Amino acid sequence: MVIMMDQSKVYIEVRNCSAPVGIREIPVLDYGRFYDEVCSMLRDERFHCLTYFCYPAGEFLKFICFIADDGSGTIRILSHEQSNGTSLRSITSEVYAMHIFEREIHENHGVVFDDHPWLKPVRYPHDRADGQKAMDDYPFYEIEGEELHEVGVGPVHAGVIEPGHFRFICNGEKVLHLEIQLGYQHRGIERLLTESGAGLRGAILSEDIAGDTAVGHALAHAQLLESLALLEPSASLQAERCIALELERIAVHIGDTAALCADVAYQLGQVACEALRTMVINTTQYWCGNRFGKSMIRPGGTNFPLTEEIAGEILAVLEEVERRYGNVVECVYNMPSVLGRFEDIGTVTRTQAVSTGAVGMAARTCGVPRDIRSTHPFQHYRQMVVAPVMLESGDVLARGRLRALEVSESVKLIRRLTDEWRIPGSESSRPRYDLPLTPGSAGISVTEGWRGEICHVAITDSDGRLQVYKIKDPSMHNWMALALAVRNQEISDFPVCNKSFNLSYCGHDL
Amino acid sequence: MLKEIKILSDHGKQYVPDLRTQSVSARFRGRPVISAAITPSQGARAAALCPSGAIDGTSGAIDLGRCTFCKECALAIPEVYVFTNDYRIAVTKREDLVIRPGQTGPLRIDEAAVRNEVRRLFRRSLKLRQVSAGGDNSCEMELGAAGNVNFDMGRYGIEFVASPRHADGIVITGPVSENMARALGITYEAIPSPKVIILSGTDAISGGLFAGSPAINRDFIDNHHVDLYVPGNPAHPLTFINGLLDLLGKKQ
Repeated sequence: MVIMMDQSKVYIEVRNCSAPVGIREIPVLDYGRFYDEVCSMLRDERFHCLTYFCYPAGEFLKFICFIADDGSGTIRILSHEQSNGTSLRSITSEVYAMHIFEREIHENHGVVFDDHPWLKPVRYPHDRADGQKAMDDYPFYEIEGEELHEVGVGPVHAGVIEPGHFRFICNGEKVLHLEIQLGYQHRGIERLLTESGAGLRGAILSEDIAGDTAVGHALAHAQLLESLALLEPSASLQAERCIALELERIAVHIGDTAALCADVAYQLGQVACEALRTMVINTTQYWCGNRFGKSMIRPGGTNFPLTEEIAGEILAVLEEVERRYGNVVECVYNMPSVLGRFEDIGTVTRTQAVSTGAVGMAARTCGVPRDIRSTHPFQHYRQMVVAPVMLESGDVLARGRLRALEVSESVKLIRRLTDEWRIPGSESSRPRYDLPLTPGSAGISVTEGWRGEICHVAITDSDGRLQVYKIKDPSMHNWMALALAVRNQEISDFPVCNKSFNLSYCGHDL
Repeated sequence: MLKEIKILSDHGKQYVPDLRTQSVSARFRGRPVISAAITPSQGARAAALCPSGAIDGTSGAIDLGRCTFCKECALAIPEVYVFTNDYRIAVTKREDLVIRPGQTGPLRIDEAAVRNEVRRLFRRSLKLRQVSAGGDNSCEMELGAAGNVNFDMGRYGIEFVASPRHADGIVITGPVSENMARALGITYEAIPSPKVIILSGTDAISGGLFAGSPAINRDFIDNHHVDLYVPGNPAHPLTFINGLLDLLGKKQ
């Protein structure tokens, strides 16, 4: 059968986790047209790019771009094809937020973007196009000057955290420029997920993309496979998954509050929040046996269905946590010595947030309403209205306070979700590790994890096997926002700025 | 001031008084028990569904160094495979992580395998440098939690330190990515001898689900003596601390 293409069509529109689209249904534009269309969409704040990548398709490289329309809740898919070794005009020079995607395409496939402002390596993947490039001889950005000095930090850091390299150029104590070089955590997880197909191995791997966001990523993976298999999860399972996702958000936000307090030596806030986080993650463990929610989210069903008893435990713990956490944050954010370290520190402006393509908390603290639960709802969020929590000041204080506000919002959501979860006649099914995936299709799944939007895309071949699996963690956008936030700050404020973003290294490095 | 007193009174005593006997959720997946009555076909079936190759197809034994604790074997063949919530599963010898059918006793370290100098020098104070080498951040967060207000391993003189120069050993998490291999080696070299090596989490012990990935480099692990294996996905703080207490020969 030949599918007739409407030549005037620029893109095909889908919704988050809707039925997959046939690869051949995605309009293929010539690059000039593609460039103009993408630029004109992304100049409007209503749109942002979810992901843009390419993969070898026969003798060509096939480039596919997924653009979210936050106004209508749809996702536009458009594509172009190029022969290998091609060189293209860079979209980044027009729309800066595209920098990360073009850098990744360049690094993985050797595509040259002539006027890209900075084709900096993303992660030195093992299968990089240019095998000569080595992590150890990367030329960091330099500024010459007698007054200036460089400070290099990492990859091994002083704390118990993941590796990454930070190179500061300072004038005295003041940071003029921070360059972040990641890639140390690269494990080749996209390839492993592609090989794993719809099997159990893939479900577990998805929890390891970023173990601190096990639920968020596993949910993106599960609902992607379900959409490729045209499987609609039961109503109660959808509600349970949202409860798990909100529990994860609450736990991490409280843990981050502890870390922020620790960085400014406010010990009471630190230890109180540490203990509260323990209460929340132990509740997740009570539910599924793992403090991070690993093994809870699976394609097609769950091995750990929510029960009345577990739901009651969750609600009881949250009531106590909400009350106590409320008291702690009231203290933290009224303490002059704490405010002095948070207020007007590490400020990201609204313009910067939009131009770097910031998502999640990093965007919402600058007055940019990016929350997938609200704009492109998934699972049970489709049945409820989630209003994004917003702040304007874009500083460490805003990122701290946003967490406090989101915790109480998530507690409210869980109360509602638990009520709605008791839908009569709907039961959670068991997981499926043999889902038949629609052949020759592309599927997209986006969730709102605690950091921000998580986007998984898969493409199947003509036999229904996974051919491409692409992951975008919110950190891929937000690391650049951190680099901008510390400009003109004291270098001693870097730790608290870093904590206030709490970005993922392994989620970025994949 | 009054508000802070209120927080303190709410906070109460948070530390776990006895880390040896603290009970955890019944659903927590710790040491598995495999029925002695396992049939060859059940073993083969379990091995076929195990995502990380942790189950031996002939005997049905589980290698906790490769197990991701997903519980699928126990859900599929509940009459044979059961995961108990016993979190004391850290050992000193790699082969001791293999749980065989009919093995029901607790896992304990092999006292003879502990180097004399480890107990002589570090029994009262053990400072550790942590290196994440492809870890997914859950293992790292659990190590962080081991020092928090609840688990408080500092009470035993065990702490993570900022510099390898201050450390008596290294705790490695993650399957060891190729891109971290050199930094891991440099950090280890920077620690003064004698020193210990501890692997925390299934990824560190065997590579876990990443074992076959071309982005992984296991040379460091393969070429060094490991003093303690702490399994888990991630390793629970209680598993980690109990393992260290056993290694150091502390009663409590």
